[in-house]
This record gives sequence, C-alpha cells and structure tokens, in this order.
Amino acid sequence: MKLRRRMHRKMWKPALTIITAITTFSVCFTGNSRTAFAKSDDTIVLRVCNWEEYIDMGDWDEEERIMLDNGVTIFGENPLYKEFEDWYLETYGKRVRVEYSCFGTNEDLYNQLNLGDTYDLVCPSEYMIMKLMAEGRLEPYSEAFYDKSNECNFYINNVSPYIYKVMNENEIHGEQWSKYAAGYMWGITGVLYNPAKVTQDEASTWKIFEKEQFKRQVALKDNVRDSYFAALGILKADQLTEEAFQNAPDYAKRLEDEMNDTNLTTIAQAQELLERLMDNIYSLETDSGKADMVSGKIVADYQWSGDAVYAMDQADEDGLELRFSVPKEGANLWFDGWVMLKDGIGDDVLQKHAAEAFVNFMSRPDNAVRNMYYIGYTSSIAGAEGDDTVFEYINWCYGADESDTDTIEYPLGYFFSGSSGDENYIVTASLEQIDRQLYAQYPSQEVLKRTVVMRYFDEDTSKAINRMWINVRCFDINDVPFVVWLAVLAVFILLVRKICVKVK
Amino acid sequence: MQLRNKKMLCLPYSVFLVCFVLAPLFVIIYYALTNGEGRFTIENLTGFFGNPKTTGTLLYSLGIAVVTTSVCLLLAYPIAYILARGKLRHKSVVLMLFIMPMWINFTLRITALKEILTVIEGNLSFHPFLNTIIGMTYDFLPFMILPIYTTLLKIDKSLLEASSDLGADHVQTFFQVTLPLSVPGIISGIFMVFLPSMTNYVVLDMLYNSTYIMGSLIGAYFAAYDWHGGSMIALVLLAIILVFTLFTNRYADEDAGNSRGGVVSR
Repeated sequence: MKLRRRMHRKMWKPALTIITAITTFSVCFTGNSRTAFAKSDDTIVLRVCNWEEYIDMGDWDEEERIMLDNGVTIFGENPLYKEFEDWYLETYGKRVRVEYSCFGTNEDLYNQLNLGDTYDLVCPSEYMIMKLMAEGRLEPYSEAFYDKSNECNFYINNVSPYIYKVMNENEIHGEQWSKYAAGYMWGITGVLYNPAKVTQDEASTWKIFEKEQFKRQVALKDNVRDSYFAALGILKADQLTEEAFQNAPDYAKRLEDEMNDTNLTTIAQAQELLERLMDNIYSLETDSGKADMVSGKIVADYQWSGDAVYAMDQADEDGLELRFSVPKEGANLWFDGWVMLKDGIGDDVLQKHAAEAFVNFMSRPDNAVRNMYYIGYTSSIAGAEGDDTVFEYINWCYGADESDTDTIEYPLGYFFSGSSGDENYIVTASLEQIDRQLYAQYPSQEVLKRTVVMRYFDEDTSKAINRMWINVRCFDINDVPFVVWLAVLAVFILLVRKICVKVK
Repeated sequence: MQLRNKKMLCLPYSVFLVCFVLAPLFVIIYYALTNGEGRFTIENLTGFFGNPKTTGTLLYSLGIAVVTTSVCLLLAYPIAYILARGKLRHKSVVLMLFIMPMWINFTLRITALKEILTVIEGNLSFHPFLNTIIGMTYDFLPFMILPIYTTLLKIDKSLLEASSDLGADHVQTFFQVTLPLSVPGIISGIFMVFLPSMTNYVVLDMLYNSTYIMGSLIGAYFAAYDWHGGSMIALVLLAIILVFTLFTNRYADEDAGNSRGGVVSR
C-alpha cells in the first residue's frame, strides 16, 4: 500500500475555545490598530483568516516533489499566501501584503468577528457561511469574478461542476451561496470502522452507535452539530431506509428536510437518545478518535472523510486495515469556502480585487493540489477542460500499479466534468481501495445522492439545541447517590459545630 | 525621591494587573449581570441555580475536587513526613523525583498515563470518575507534597524534644505537635489542588470522561455564543474561590500564629 500524503493535518481544538475567548477579550481593549496602519503606502493589505493547518506552508523536502503523468511538477517551496504576493505583483503590478491568521473553530471565528476583529477574507464552514450570509455580513463576489473568459479567473474556470451546482442550489433568503462563497475544501461524514471487528453491514447505519454489542467501543464527535446529525440518523433510521422514501422523486429534498429537523419534540427525542448513547460510547472526541482507531481502543468512529483518510493512512503504516462507510440513512455534506466580509472590504475596490485574486490563486489547479497534498482534505477544484492536473494527482495517489492484478474502475466524471459517465475521468484503482481512502476522499456519485447539507440553526433553534447538548453533557444533580448527600450533610454539621465551639 | 523611584518599580506589574486581570474581570462581571440587550438582569444567576444539570455540574466538579484533594493529602502527607524527618541519605534526590514530573508538560504526562491505565483497565470508558481522580492526583500531587514538606522542615526540633521530655510518645507527639503545626502547609496544599482540579477539564477530555465540569461548561456556553451565561458561571466559580479563600485564610493565619508562638493551645 503506497502512502502518498503528507502527515500534516488540520487540528480541531475546541478545547482552546476559552483561551481564545480570553485572548479575544484583550482585542476589545487594544482595539483595531491593525486596520489603521499600513495603508499609507500603496501596498494593499489583505487580512485573511483560515483554519489552522489549512493551507500549504511550503518547505517541502526535495523527495516530496510530485511528478504527475501530464508533465506538471508540484512542489511547495514557500507558504502559498506568500507566493500569492509575488504572483499578484507579477500579474497585476500592485503590491499586496497578506496578513495571515488562523482560527480554531467556526464558533471561535464568529466570536472573534463579534469582538471587533476585522478580516477581509475568511474560510468558515457552510453553516457559518449561511449564518453570516443571513446576517448580511458578507460581500458578494463581483461580476468579473465569474467571467470565464479571463484566464486569471482560476476559480470559475476550475471549480468542480458538482460543487458549483450544490452552491447554486442552496439559497439563503433567496440568494445563492455561490454569489458569496467560493468553495475551498469539502467532504462528507461517515463511519470509520475496523473490518476485523465490525462488518460492513453493521457499519452501514448510524445505529451502530447504540448497539449493545459495541458497548464502549464506538466514539462520537464532541460537537453538537455532528452528534445531533448522528442522533437524527438513528431516530429516523426506519423512515429514511424505507424503499418508498428512497425511491420518491423528491428524495433529495425530503432527506434534507428530515436531516434538518429541528422541531422541539425532535430535539427532546435527540436529547433522550444522546443521553442513552453516552452510556454506550467510548467517548466524545474531536481529534483523539483517529489514534484510538489505530491503536484499537475503539472499533468504529463517527468521522469526517478527510480525517478518515488520515486515520486509514496511519493504520496502513501500522499494518492495520480500516475502512470508511457512509451510512445508508444519509450523511452530512460539508464545505469550507472563502467569503469576503463587508466589515473588512468595505467600499475598497482594490482590496476586493486582491481578495478575489487570492481565491483565484488558491484555485489554480497546481495550488489546489499543493493544498490537498499538505492538508489531506478534498479540494473543490477539478480543473478546467484540458487541465487534468487534479485528476492526475488522484491517479498519482490511488491509481493502480502495474503489479495490481485486480483493479476497479471508479468513475469520477460527476466531479470533473459534470457528466457521470465521462470516460476521461475514470480512476483505475487497486481492488484494495474499495471503501477506503479513494472512496472517502472522493465519494462516489451514488453515495453523494444520500448526503445533505446541514443548514445553520437560527437563533431560537440554536438556543434549544445548545441547551440540549449541555443537558446531555452535564451531570444531573438528581443522579447523586443518597449516600453522598448524607456525607455532605455530615460534613456540614461537623463544620458548623466546630465553628460554634470556636466562637464560644 | 528615592522612595518614589522604588514605587515606580511596581508600575510594570500594576499595568499588567489592570490590563489582564482587572479589566477582563470587569468585562466578565458586566456580561454576567446583563442580558443580550445590555440590560441588567439576574436571570443568568437564577438560570444557573435553577437548572438541575448546571447545579449537577457544580456538584460533580466539587466532588472531583474534594476527592482529588483528599487522595492527594493522604498520599502526600506520609511522603512529605518521611522526606522531612526520615534519615534518608539522598534526600534531595528523592525530593527531586517527586518534583521532576512537574517539569514535563502535563498533557504529555496524561497521555502516558492514559496508555498505562489502558493496560491496567482494558477499557477506560467504564470508569470515567476513577480515571479522572487518578489523572488529577497524578497531575497535582507535587503541589501538595511541596508545601507540606516545607512546613514540616521548618518546625522547630526543640518542640519535638520538649514533647518527648514531657512524656509523650511518638504518636502523641505527631498528633499533638507535628500535625497542628503543619496545618498551614496542608492548607496551602489544599489551596493549590482543590481549585485547579475543579476546572481542569483537559484531564477529563484526555481520559475520555465526557461529562462537563465547570471549566468545560463555561467553554460550552461560549461556543454557543452565550457569553452572559458563561460569564455568570465564571463568576459563580470566582465566588466559590473567594469563600474558600476567606475560610482557609482564617485557618492559615491562626495556625501561622501558633507556629510562631511555638506552643499549641489545646
């Protein structure tokens, strides 16, 4: 099994929320000195805020140089945002300086924005994009950004038709996402499992998390959205897997509605279910699940596709086989996308141009490959007609060797050209790839049919769901054993008596 | 003039204090006592104490803190006693062995502990509370040993001689003289263990205890954009610390006085 991905990874650190909150407090007091300076000369300052470890930082070793079959060589020398500065000067003749910073979670970013941090370009997940859009805080991309005739518009020329279609179909307040957001990375959720302990059938449903058989051997995600999604999948499993439901002409729409059900009764049911699941799972994790799968502490894990790929790579190194399954009830389709903020851009035309150019530069196929190689997630970039850099990269990663006798044909036409049967985009992979890295990184079209975008929660729903989550996570005072109350009472009486004696 | 210059030396710390301690504190108080519209409210307070889940979390945190502190005390006192009194030849080396773990990053230590516990228990998730106590104890034990050790070391030997001259045996001497005199050390040990163990949720996270304690609960409120509720919990925690400090200070002062006087009044 060849291993062709860099072991760098996006870190999920919700544990740092408080620390960030505290540091952001200080922002209140220092104010926004950064906005004020550096505009004096004609250098454009672009303030970009991205996930941690979510861009190629360059500094590759010489042996990491990727030679693709189409003759393109991929090599990361400097951080991509630094290279952007040079490219911008070369292409447009203007100096731009990128102030690059990072955030840990979508919620952190949102808190930062509310505390007065100003950015021009940020890269949150789809639900946060929706939230920001609904609050009217995003600046739409200009008409020129979508002009396919301009060669430097790498985004519109290279974005995957599949991703673009999804972004066009989804609307907030009657406005398409694609007007405000440019796709960066995307993926789905599913179940990462150990085929030695769990059958494919068992892993093909969210119900695996409530099975007595795997008591304390499965892990869920330590965030409310993912856990709620899994809970919905379990609650509605029977309905979602009914043949009549799955074959209905409006299946996609109905599935989306079901998986975005935020009725108060549903939330209450989810709470009850999750409280029950808490006694059945090994833990709620954000980052540790990957290592725990590899070390065998757990046998199945709710996982994002990108992290699943990483875990499978790691397991391969240790000689253990892990697989990825997308439950039949439906899975979550997610995106991270570049959006411009009104607060930052304002009416500054130059700034907006630089921000759009940044997105375009990131979308240039060779840069998209660099990011993919470095981060390990799946880029939204497919490549324009005639530019098969991204496709060649997939071949480079997963294509069958001459030594592989058993191979499968894995069609990815839906992603690259928009037509599922496109013969130009079929990966010939080793049979071993079934349900593994390739399947996780580029899910098949069939799988994607049962994925839905999870919408953002409006304020009331958000309150109810967060309350539900806190209830699930907290210890109920009613569960305190009677003995403990007795002990507390005894200690209290002792203390009071002692104090009384002292006073006398 | 000279005096004024000396006062100037306080300036860096005062600036630090105002910027990073006092100002955030006021922000927390402001958020805790207002609602989303910026109006004064005590709803956050009643909300906290009116919910069996949040009060449950408070109790759970207190439970962890009490048990951790007790276990630490029970483990640390004999060690400190032997270190201070025993005729060990390489006392400083032994002491070093206890302090050394403090030099290693604690997440690293907990990760190691996790693997050890997994070998012993098999599946960690069956005993979340026990694991948490072990983790906390492992983390905070040196903070208990050190202050007790220092106080024991400082006790005037002549008091012990006087005690045995007056006919008290070892056990009586310990309970009548040594133990009361070491109370200040015990108090500061408790102080250094009790409060951090109420909020150190990283230990719980790393040892797969998914129940919230005070620290993680505050984090959850902030992640849900509920700054007001989160600040109120922080304030409740602060109030507990204040009460705790007042209470223990009284003890510490009294007994510090005793050890200065040299004789225990009984």
